[in-house]
Amino acid sequence: MSEEVLVEEKTELEERFPEISRDDRKGYEGFIVPTEKLVEFASVLRDEFGYDFLSSVTGVDYLPEDRMEVVYHAYQTTGGPGLFYKVQVDRDDPVVPSLTPVFPGANLQEREAWDLMGIRFEDHPNLKRVLLWEGFEGHPLRKDWREPFYEGDGKPFKSRWPGGEVIRAEDSNPFNKNVDYPGGFDPEQWTPANETAVYAGVGRLDHAVSETALSNDQIIVNLGPQHPSTHGVFRMVVRLEGETVVALEPVMGYLHRNHEKIGERNTYLMNIPFTDRLDYFNSMSNNFGYVLAVEKLMGVKPPERAEYIRVMMAELTRIVNHLTAIGFLLNDLGAFFTPLLYAFKERELILDIFEAVSGSRMMCNYYRFAGVARDLPEGVFEQVKNLVLHRLSGQVDDLDTFLTDNEIVRARTMGIGVLTAEEAIAHSAVGPVLRASGVPYDVRRADPYGIYDRFEFDVAVRYHGDIYDRYLIRLDEIRQSIRILEQVIQDIPDGPIQEGKPQYQVRVPAGEAYGRVEGPKGELGFYVVSNGKPNPWRYHVRAPSFINLSALDVMCKNYKIADVVSILGSIDIVLGETDR
Amino acid sequence: MADMYGKGLLKGLGVTIKHFMDTYLEDIRWLSRGKHRYYTAEGIDSRKSFDTSGIFTVQYPEERLPVPEEFRFIPFLIYEVNEDGETQDRCTSCGICAKVCPPQCIWIERTSDPDTGRPVPEPEEFYIDIDICMNCGLCAEFCPFDAIKMDHDYEISVYNRLEKNIFNKERLSRPVSYYASIRPTNYAREEAARAEAEAAKAAKKAAREKRSKSGK
Repeated sequence: MSEEVLVEEKTELEERFPEISRDDRKGYEGFIVPTEKLVEFASVLRDEFGYDFLSSVTGVDYLPEDRMEVVYHAYQTTGGPGLFYKVQVDRDDPVVPSLTPVFPGANLQEREAWDLMGIRFEDHPNLKRVLLWEGFEGHPLRKDWREPFYEGDGKPFKSRWPGGEVIRAEDSNPFNKNVDYPGGFDPEQWTPANETAVYAGVGRLDHAVSETALSNDQIIVNLGPQHPSTHGVFRMVVRLEGETVVALEPVMGYLHRNHEKIGERNTYLMNIPFTDRLDYFNSMSNNFGYVLAVEKLMGVKPPERAEYIRVMMAELTRIVNHLTAIGFLLNDLGAFFTPLLYAFKERELILDIFEAVSGSRMMCNYYRFAGVARDLPEGVFEQVKNLVLHRLSGQVDDLDTFLTDNEIVRARTMGIGVLTAEEAIAHSAVGPVLRASGVPYDVRRADPYGIYDRFEFDVAVRYHGDIYDRYLIRLDEIRQSIRILEQVIQDIPDGPIQEGKPQYQVRVPAGEAYGRVEGPKGELGFYVVSNGKPNPWRYHVRAPSFINLSALDVMCKNYKIADVVSILGSIDIVLGETDR
Repeated sequence: MADMYGKGLLKGLGVTIKHFMDTYLEDIRWLSRGKHRYYTAEGIDSRKSFDTSGIFTVQYPEERLPVPEEFRFIPFLIYEVNEDGETQDRCTSCGICAKVCPPQCIWIERTSDPDTGRPVPEPEEFYIDIDICMNCGLCAEFCPFDAIKMDHDYEISVYNRLEKNIFNKERLSRPVSYYASIRPTNYAREEAARAEAEAAKAAKKAAREKRSKSGK
């Protein structure tokens, strides 16, 4: 990284804001900003220093110091390293000014920090729980919060060895098979408290809707949970004027399992297979992001061959993802399953490679710290070569012929769900959504990781910001991935695939690290804080599918309700990652 | 002249027809060579290959896709069988698998000598709750004795998971020959490494004995 530039900027910033101080804890970087200066600091950073992209907002609970910290990661959309800043607040009453008015992309992330850590964001327009339900007791990511049937703060749990005795969650659950309800509780009569809050979110509680008197009134429609096209259990509450969308609010968390709390209980190694389950289409790039973050902390690097294998797998998974994304988008448009199955056919062939290499088609668990789990087994390299050199480009062209000029596809997607470049940046949109709006921002080029600086490829960009461009850009990116793969096949060296001996208990020095990769769905970041113990102190996932949803409202406004589903399809979300 | 409306649609339909026809053309090609494309290993292989065209689905359970050697599904324990038919667990109940297991689904009860009370390197019991197991394969990867490996058998559904899905040592144990049959290259590599390590140990021992003899 260009240290000099950073230092220069620091001084300039520090001159401008004498109140801020450098974060001089060992292993930490960035600035500590006083809460009252935060909004001004963020705006100046955006308007005068070019850090217009607020990548991630998250909280950390420093229980021993009795302090909460909110961490912001800001980047420039023109590329380069990031600038991190933090605010520190009292743990008992953590109140931080909201950045949502300045960066709308902070909306869902601040709600998440409120939900899971209990940090209140002043002036947030809609501060309520996002992944859990209203009425949930406590904030689970606080270090002193414990779940029912709590076993320990960190794995391995004590009961497993040497006197192992099986304990089943079912047996310790007082409701056992979950057919008994507490006395006096009738599920049929129960109305969840957060419904009112959700409807308030789309801005309409001033008068009750009368079911008997249908007038030309605006109405609220629930799309989901579990609409067949919503890619999982996802719900959108839409306020309609006729059939035009006036306001929309995504409701999520149906698949929430508190991945981050699990991650903080796990050892560093155990987290790798858990990251597979985030965006389950792309376990390879999830692994990639996580190991990068931990490798930054450990200060290790994988050997050459492992670097090439990593890129190979990451690009193959990008092809898988984009093919299925296109297939599902066409499903949402009503082209039921034919395009999807054509996409799946290629996907299966790539998954065969993943299976041969890692042992599993989707839950790959393949990357390791400073290496990969195993070398390519015999014959796999040939398989990749054949697929990349002799099949994939032809199949992509086929898909192109099949769909691109189709008049129905064009009529349903062109000029629909438009997101301008300014809006996309402000909402922290990433990946194909951002690039289809005319912002050529790709982490592989803007802030290269691994060995991406060695490959020749173009950052795909389209300018209309509508569904059609989001479809086209995925085709473009598949072609670029094939280009990268061709170079990988040509250059991949022989050699070891793991630096040092594989260890199941890695030593991670205290400090913080933010590792990010350009996942197929966009910038996937992992923020890891270590205190030198075997389990991470804080483990946060910056999930692209989740944060891209902040822009859903803007994309859908003033379009018809029939377009909402296809707009959602064009963002390409995966609920495993959204709900975490 | 402006493009005819519907031309893109027709072009797309052409792709569909091609996909449809490919299946039959492929069938005819196979027939003319006197081979069977369906229900044969060769046919399944061709449907998995990079130049496959036409239909590519497999009629499970009559046809099954072969799994690659690295395929992993639920761990099993390996025991050795000597010439007399006696069995010996490879597992020494060191507990590394239980420590590395991400969902913590492995419970090991260590054996202790009834007289001295000291631990014996063999597990008394070994449980895996396969409802919790996430098939990550870390136990097999980090086992220092190659005692726990991932299985290839993926057809293990039962009607009563509460009773049947906690596998005990008996249910988990498989002879080393089974391991050699499902993972031949891994087995060969590990055996070679083991032989090498033993040879090195023997050489060291011999050298030491020689030295001590000459010392006398």
